[in-house]
Amino acid sequence: MSQLKRAVTEADHHQGPLDASIVLVEYGDYECPYCGEEYPELKAVQKEFGDKMCFVFRNFPLTQAHPHAERAAEFAEAAATVGKFWEMHDVLYEHQQALDDQSLIQYAQRLGLNGALIDSALDDKYLDRIRKDFSGGVRSGVNGTPCIFINNVRYNGERDARTLIDLLNEIR
Amino acid sequence: MATEKKSRPHAKPITRAQKKHEDELLDEALDETFPASDPLPVDPGTEKVSDAPVIAKTGSPAPVFALKATPDQTVSLDQLKGKPIVLVFYPADWSPVCGDQVSLYNEMLSEFEEYSAQIVGISVDGPWCHVAFAKDRKLRFPLLSDFEPKGDVARRYGIYDAKTGTSQRALFVIDADGIVRWKYVSPVGINPGAEGILDALDKFAKKERP
Repeated sequence: MSQLKRAVTEADHHQGPLDASIVLVEYGDYECPYCGEEYPELKAVQKEFGDKMCFVFRNFPLTQAHPHAERAAEFAEAAATVGKFWEMHDVLYEHQQALDDQSLIQYAQRLGLNGALIDSALDDKYLDRIRKDFSGGVRSGVNGTPCIFINNVRYNGERDARTLIDLLNEIR
Repeated sequence: MATEKKSRPHAKPITRAQKKHEDELLDEALDETFPASDPLPVDPGTEKVSDAPVIAKTGSPAPVFALKATPDQTVSLDQLKGKPIVLVFYPADWSPVCGDQVSLYNEMLSEFEEYSAQIVGISVDGPWCHVAFAKDRKLRFPLLSDFEPKGDVARRYGIYDAKTGTSQRALFVIDADGIVRWKYVSPVGINPGAEGILDALDKFAKKERP
């Protein structure tokens, strides 16, 4: 039973209160098709539980398999510096088929990120943070994406919204 | 042939201890006799290798091997010694879980490098298959072919699955002196990740930059 080795903190990208009775951490890759499938499922779960749940996203890009994954994560991190992480996160998962640099720049512009911020995303400024997410994930037993932890314990079951909602209703 | 049988002095069954000793002697002999770049010699007539249940034990020397990494390149345990080694046995190129598993390790090469550790994959696939698989997955670490005699090294490490004709999904962490420090056999359909490997390396390998 793999445990989350790096505790969830204020520094994590999170939606919902950190002290919620349900804390769900996803290790994800913006170019991973399974993460793309999981995206609407987790949205539905969040909708169901609202503020009773805290959703955390950590980066786990498989850069050799997914050539745009790391750059996409860098754009999400750049957006985070102006409080727009989740907007960018959603745009990325809703446009998984177009994650080349040109597209990423367009998404950033649409969200109002300025030129300097876009440059910072293209300039490896956020790679350290992304690598830290990745290392923490590996240490916690993340073996692929998406990988979900519920209240610090890795979840290996079915990942559809219905199953997750039923499970979370039992434990909260 | 009856006379020949009669004349054999060692017809009585050997004890487990004797057998273990013989296995160790075999390893030593292989070590001494065969330079690293030569292929591992196995006499097809001897059952010794496949008879041995578990040879690779934690705290014992890792069984030697010399396997093709590409059609014209051989990698041996002796060549790898001097740095920690992560041996990843997996059932087959191209199968979904293996793909995820090797892709994960491929992303972690910098983390393994922090321990100066070298990672190598081993399966019964032939070298040409490995070349195509490694190219497709953009792998940056060697895959060795336990191809002829098939599964011989997997047998020596005690993780050959004769039913499927492949190795099990197993991990071995070997120290710079060639001693097995950790082993783990995963359920075949489950990607074991890297948590255990890193924990094992933490116990004996020094990180170059903390």
